[in-house]
Amino acid sequence: MKKLSARRRHPLAALVVLLFALAATGGLYAALAPAPKAQADDSSQSIQITEGKKLFSVGCASCHGAHGQGSSDGPSLVGVGSAAVDFQVGTGRMPAQQPGPQIQKKPGQYTQAEIDQLAAFIASLGPGPVTPNADQYDPAGGDSAKGGELFRTNCSQCHNFVGKGGALTDGKYAPTLKGVDPKHIYEAMQTGPQNMPSFPDTTMPSQAKADIIAYLQAVDTADSKNPGGFTLGSLGPVPEGLFAYIFGIGALIAVATWVAARTTKAKKS
Amino acid sequence: MSTSTETSTTTRRGPKHPGQRVAEWTDSRVGLYKLGKSNLRKIFPDHWSFMLGEVCLYSFTILILTGVYLTLFFHPSMNEVVYNGPYAPLQGVRMSDAYASTMHISFEVRGGLLIRQIHHWSALIFIAGMIVHMMRVFFTGAFRKPRELNWLFGWTLLFIGMFEGFTGYSLPDDLLSGTGVRFTEGAILSTPIIGTYLSMFLFGGEFPGHNFVPIFYSAHILLLPGIMAALLVTHLILVFYHKHTQFPGAGKTEKNVVGMPFFPIYTAKAGGFFFLVFGVIAAIAAIATINPIWTMGPYRPDQVSTGAQPDWYMGFSEGLIRVMPGWEINAWGHTLVLGVFIPLMIFPLVLAAIAVYPFIESWVTGDKGEHHLLDRPRNRPVRTGFGVAWLTLYFTLLIGGGNDLWATHFHLSIETITWSVRVGFFVLPTLAYFATKRICLGLQRRDRDKVLHGRETGIIKRLPHGEFIEVHEPLDQEQLHVLTAHPQPQPLEIGPEVDENGVERKVNPVTKVRARLSRNFYGEHSQIPKPTVEEYDEITSGHGHH
Repeated sequence: MKKLSARRRHPLAALVVLLFALAATGGLYAALAPAPKAQADDSSQSIQITEGKKLFSVGCASCHGAHGQGSSDGPSLVGVGSAAVDFQVGTGRMPAQQPGPQIQKKPGQYTQAEIDQLAAFIASLGPGPVTPNADQYDPAGGDSAKGGELFRTNCSQCHNFVGKGGALTDGKYAPTLKGVDPKHIYEAMQTGPQNMPSFPDTTMPSQAKADIIAYLQAVDTADSKNPGGFTLGSLGPVPEGLFAYIFGIGALIAVATWVAARTTKAKKS
Repeated sequence: MSTSTETSTTTRRGPKHPGQRVAEWTDSRVGLYKLGKSNLRKIFPDHWSFMLGEVCLYSFTILILTGVYLTLFFHPSMNEVVYNGPYAPLQGVRMSDAYASTMHISFEVRGGLLIRQIHHWSALIFIAGMIVHMMRVFFTGAFRKPRELNWLFGWTLLFIGMFEGFTGYSLPDDLLSGTGVRFTEGAILSTPIIGTYLSMFLFGGEFPGHNFVPIFYSAHILLLPGIMAALLVTHLILVFYHKHTQFPGAGKTEKNVVGMPFFPIYTAKAGGFFFLVFGVIAAIAAIATINPIWTMGPYRPDQVSTGAQPDWYMGFSEGLIRVMPGWEINAWGHTLVLGVFIPLMIFPLVLAAIAVYPFIESWVTGDKGEHHLLDRPRNRPVRTGFGVAWLTLYFTLLIGGGNDLWATHFHLSIETITWSVRVGFFVLPTLAYFATKRICLGLQRRDRDKVLHGRETGIIKRLPHGEFIEVHEPLDQEQLHVLTAHPQPQPLEIGPEVDENGVERKVNPVTKVRARLSRNFYGEHSQIPKPTVEEYDEITSGHGHH
């Protein structure tokens, strides 16, 4: 202690203290600050980004701007994350075919490898939701009963009881969830595309998302059980009423006509 | 029955047949023979549209039969239980006992789901049948004297049937029907002054409470079916008493009924038709799902689904609510929710409009005579126009009730549909009325033309001087009768405006309105004069190139 005290007026003391302070703040920052993905600079990642940027310049930049900063025709993509890119391009919604109340789903325009490159480029623009890995959206890892409760609480007011979709205002709509890849359902919940609210992991943990996917797999796929027969679209009483009129009353009137036409004749006329 | 027993006694002496002994024992106590004699030979005319009422009767019978089976397994209780049944996506979920027992019926009770589906499909078909039956009665004028009361009984059956259906589909306490009950609670709450009290009484406290399933249950299985059964029996007794109406035709008059006897022809036919109706409904129930409560989940007030519509017969009230602007008045610390209250008031008015029509028509036309011959709809253009206008209103509102499904399936904006229904509510019935009246008059002209000039055969004949004419074939006597049998009443006359001294007569304004309506009904713009005998003779005995 005496030594330190004696040298504290040394001309270089201030410099040493400054170096210590810088090292401490820098070290703390390096230890505690969130590390953005773009920071990891392995060579394959940078190739992905470069390739993605090329694809982006050709297919996306006309609306979203040369650097993804957005324009009057498309929103900024800084910070939307790779999950949003994987969902939008993977379901064919992007690149958009035509403007309208809502961007339509259509056959995909890019291979999964190209989508990954685009996603890597967009992710490099700023941190955002990351494409989930297969364990996260595997329906086998979810509880369908819990998922059903979550679905009815959070989703069915737009997507209907079993995900058949429904109408929104001004020609917009919540699409059907039948046949949608579990990965895309997961990403939609995470990123909230178009009119959908987003359900980030802070409000809906990854497990809850898997539960919802498990519920949809149980009730809304080609091999889900329909013990009652034809579902008539699972759309509720409207198709049921239509069916009762056409096939119920319709058939009964046909039968009545048949019965009335076959009568005993008192005499041949 | 009586004839066969008589012959057996005359031809065969000896011990009486046990059947005869039973019949005689009963006859001496309840007058069986007399009852049978007067009623078994009752004549019924044959027409498919006369069997629509039977469709309703039989689907009601099916409803009672299947309903009894369902009561054996249903628990009308809102106690909370945890589901442990075979349907995996609900295992471990908390639900009311009512919902759990409906799940039990659907998945574990033998034949339970089929019976549930037969019950529900029959309900839809029962009420659809009542509407179609009512329309047949309306368009053919079968509601006229002496059948006005029976018209009202039938209408009341329809009205109660709607609520019978509503209380029924609310029982499983699933998310869809619970939303419907919530809707009803909202409608009750919108009633000024008494709304909150009524709601508290019905739900035993704040919604949803623990009351409504048991209350709906006793209404659904006891009160409403009891009233309906009584009305239905009265309805049928009156049909027997009035005798059936018949379409005009040769040999059919206001004083006879041409058809087949009730026994044995109609007992066989009607009995067979019951099984056909049961068969069609059972086939539908075996093919198509109805109200799959397992996909909807148990009711919780914090959950809701899109596509939440009532069953079709309540759909027009849903339409009224959906298209009504959300107006409300806030004054003196109270809220009057006009957006709900006005539809709630229009709902019974829509139905009452058709209920009171027979009385309005007989008042306007001054027709006090008995009618057993039916009208052909074209010969009463105003009535037919009114009926079509009513149906147009009804179905426009049904479209409004399903506006979200119309939007998604036809790629339309929901606002466009709502606005179309708002405008259509006023415009479409009016258009339908005038269009129908025009079409009826056109058909009357065609009838007149057919009577006078015969049927167009499509054969073109060239006359010696080069003229081409189409050969018309005169109608036979029977067809001529059908086309000309209807009476063509004249509108009411108020008489001259001034009396013999030139003093203006005082005419009651109500009488004036009545005369105007009557002119609208039977005036020159509402019926084409049917051909007279002289006209017919002149044309047919004439130059004979037809």
